[in-house]
Order: sequence, then C-alpha cells, then structure tokens
Amino acid sequence: MSRMRIKKSKFSIPSKYILLVMTVLCIFMMVLTFTTDVITGPLESVSGYVVIPFQKGINEVGMWLTSRSDNIKRMNELLVENAELQSAVDEMSLEMNLLQQDKYELSRLRELYQLDEQYGSYTKIGARVIGMDPGNWFSIFLIDKGTKDGIQINQNVIAGSGLVGRIVEVGPNWATVKSIIDDSSNVSAMVLSTSDTLIVSGDLELMNDGIIGFEQLKDEDDFVAEGDQLVTSRISDIYLPGLTVGYITEVHKDPNNLTKSGYLTPAVDFKHLDTVLVILELKQTVE
Amino acid sequence: MLRKIVVFFIIITGYLLQCTVFQKISLGGTVPNILIIITSSFGFMRGKKAGLLIGFISGMLIDVFYGDILGFYALIYMGIGYINGFFKRLFYPEDIILPLILISGSELFYCFSAYVFLFLLRSRFHFSFYFVKIILPEIVYTVLVTLIFYKAILWVNEKLEIRERRSASKFV
Repeated sequence: MSRMRIKKSKFSIPSKYILLVMTVLCIFMMVLTFTTDVITGPLESVSGYVVIPFQKGINEVGMWLTSRSDNIKRMNELLVENAELQSAVDEMSLEMNLLQQDKYELSRLRELYQLDEQYGSYTKIGARVIGMDPGNWFSIFLIDKGTKDGIQINQNVIAGSGLVGRIVEVGPNWATVKSIIDDSSNVSAMVLSTSDTLIVSGDLELMNDGIIGFEQLKDEDDFVAEGDQLVTSRISDIYLPGLTVGYITEVHKDPNNLTKSGYLTPAVDFKHLDTVLVILELKQTVE
Repeated sequence: MLRKIVVFFIIITGYLLQCTVFQKISLGGTVPNILIIITSSFGFMRGKKAGLLIGFISGMLIDVFYGDILGFYALIYMGIGYINGFFKRLFYPEDIILPLILISGSELFYCFSAYVFLFLLRSRFHFSFYFVKIILPEIVYTVLVTLIFYKAILWVNEKLEIRERRSASKFV
C-alpha cells in the first residue's frame, strides 16, 4: 500500500497547475476562434460524428412517444372539431371561388410585370430540428443537414413562409441556426407597403411574450400602421429580399422625434419548430 | 479506465438530455442545467482535478455546437468544477444539504457570468429582469432536477469506488 502511494504521488501534477494550463488553453482558443477559424473545423466535424447520431436517435424516440400520446388525447377533440370544420368548409369553399378568381388575375398581372421573383424560385432543402441551445440565454438550434447537403454559413432559414434565421455554424452532417428572436440577432427589414427600412432585433426580454422589437424606422408621414407586413430588405448583407419577417403590433415615436420603433409578431411559431427549409442560395455581396 | 468511460458516457447523456428531452418538458421556457449538476457533483465527490476536467469537457461540448467563441463555456464550467473540488473534505455521501447548496451556488455563478460576459457587455443593463425571468427559474428547476439526478450520479460513483477498491486490493 505504501509503495503504491509513493508511486502515485510521483505521477500526479498539482491540480492548480492543470487549472492554469487549461485556462491558458481556453483563452488561447477563444482568441484563436475570435480571429481565425483554424481549430473549429476539425473539432466540429469530429464531435459531429460522435454526438449527432445519438441526438437524432433520441429525437426520433421522443417524437414517436409524443405522437402516440397526442393521438389518444386528440381523439375526442377531433370529433368535436370535425363537426365545426365541416361548417367551416362550406363557408370556405364559397370564399375559395372568389380567391380563385383573384388568383388568376394576380398571375396574369405578375406575368405582365415579371414580378414572379418570389421565393418560390429559390432552391431549398428541408431539415429537421434535432436539438436546442442547452442554456436559457440564446435561441440557437441544431438541424440535421450540413455541408454534405450543400449548406453554408449565412444561408437563410425559413419555415412555412416566414423567416426563421440564418446558419451560423456548419459541420459535415449538422448546422446551427441562430433565430431572429435571439438576443444577438439583427435583421434589416422593410415595411412591405411603403418600403421603409428598419432594423428588427431580437430581445430576450420580449421573447416570452412572443414578440420582437424593431427600431430606426423613418416614417415622417405616419403611413406605417399596426398590422403592416415586414419583409427582409433589399439592402441586407445576409438575408435575401422579400422573406416575411412578421407583422407590426405596435409603433411609437422615438424620443428623438425622427425615427420610430415598436414591436412585431414574427410570422413563425418559434416554440413549435420541428422542420425548417434552408434556402441554398446566398445573398449576392460585393467581394 | 472504466471510470473514464462511464463518466464520459454520463456527460454525453446529460448533454443530450438537456438538448432534446428537457427542451420538450421545459417549464415556462426554462431548461434545467444538467451539465452543471454533473460538473459540480463530480467536483465535490472526486476533488479538484476531476471537477476541472469534467467541467472542461462539458463546457467544450456546448462551445463546439452552440457557442460563438470556442472555450468560453469550457472556462466557466472548468472554474466551477475546480471550486467545487475544495469542498471534497466536507462531503459525505449521506448528506444532501451540501450538494444542494453547492449546485445552486454553481448555477448562480454560471448564470451570473453568462449575464455579465454575454449580456452586460452588450449594454443590456436590465439585471432585475434577467434575474427574475431567467436566472431564478433556472436555479429552481435545476435544484428540483438535482434531487433525482444527483442520487443517480452518487450511486454510479459509489459503485465505481467499490470496484476500484476491490481491484486495488487484488493487486497488493
């Protein structure tokens, strides 16, 4: 026993030296990632191969379980809902006819003005959300597609018809998306009706209320009102133009009397995201 | 060697739970911080060196996937593991009060440093809001989860220690 103890004490380095070395290592890595991207690449691909398969598996099991329990819960609700919906369908079909007429007219006009550069023309790829930021401070999430599927940093991510965010990190088979409600995210947007530009910035304080803030809106003639649609602007470096961001819920004048700020409701339900679309085209920038 | 594998497995499991399952059962958007529980409890159960290394690995996992700067969370978690190591002398497996105090203290330290470095430095001064809405719920939820999770970690650690003692006596 005593021989072992001697042998052991020979081997062990005092923990404060390990702490010192590791701290220096961490700071070194922070500086390195801040200035270059030398180490992130290999490290990310290695850990991606170790962790992502597990994450996918757990997610699939979880989804299966929730869908089972939901099925049973919803049975009764569905019966009631079905009756309600039937009457709604009748109403809708009437409305549909009117809309159909409008649609034909619209498509003719679009052709006329060659305005069909909507986001139907972008090539997109579907991806599944497989993990969320483990902390409570930011809203970043993980998707199951990566460089192998053609994903690059700064590509735009949408869900349904609204903007979700952009790709911030990418590995061979995974990528992380920073959503527009994240506290450190800013999006250059414009009001669809008047083309006034503004900045939409995510805020942790507002996140729980389901709204985000905007600022620097120049609108001297008070044209912008509640309910106006906001889309990404043409002057953004990262975001493609014309993606829906959300709808204005409140506008008020800033103390400087020149600009306006307020709140908007995002077009995407961020609490229940499970699949997203990544637009594979990047915004054209000056090289 | 077995200990290393088991501990690594525990960290990965904790990380995965935190990223997937607990996101689904979050209370009011708050997710408990399991990696803090793991780091802190191995810190005061096994000492400074173990706490430091386990904290480093846990933090690094978060950094690689979700962090903006590599090494930031690793540094915080490492510090937490190291500080918890000082309390190894006071630790008894039967005592639940000390682990609860230490884990909630670590949680407070983690949240506070996250606020200062990631929010205060970007001129988000509304500390009372962040304290009431983010920090406090996270601490409370983490402490609740600790009551279950800590028992599991303690059990695994005891099993490992018994095994190690047996194999050590075999060699001598």
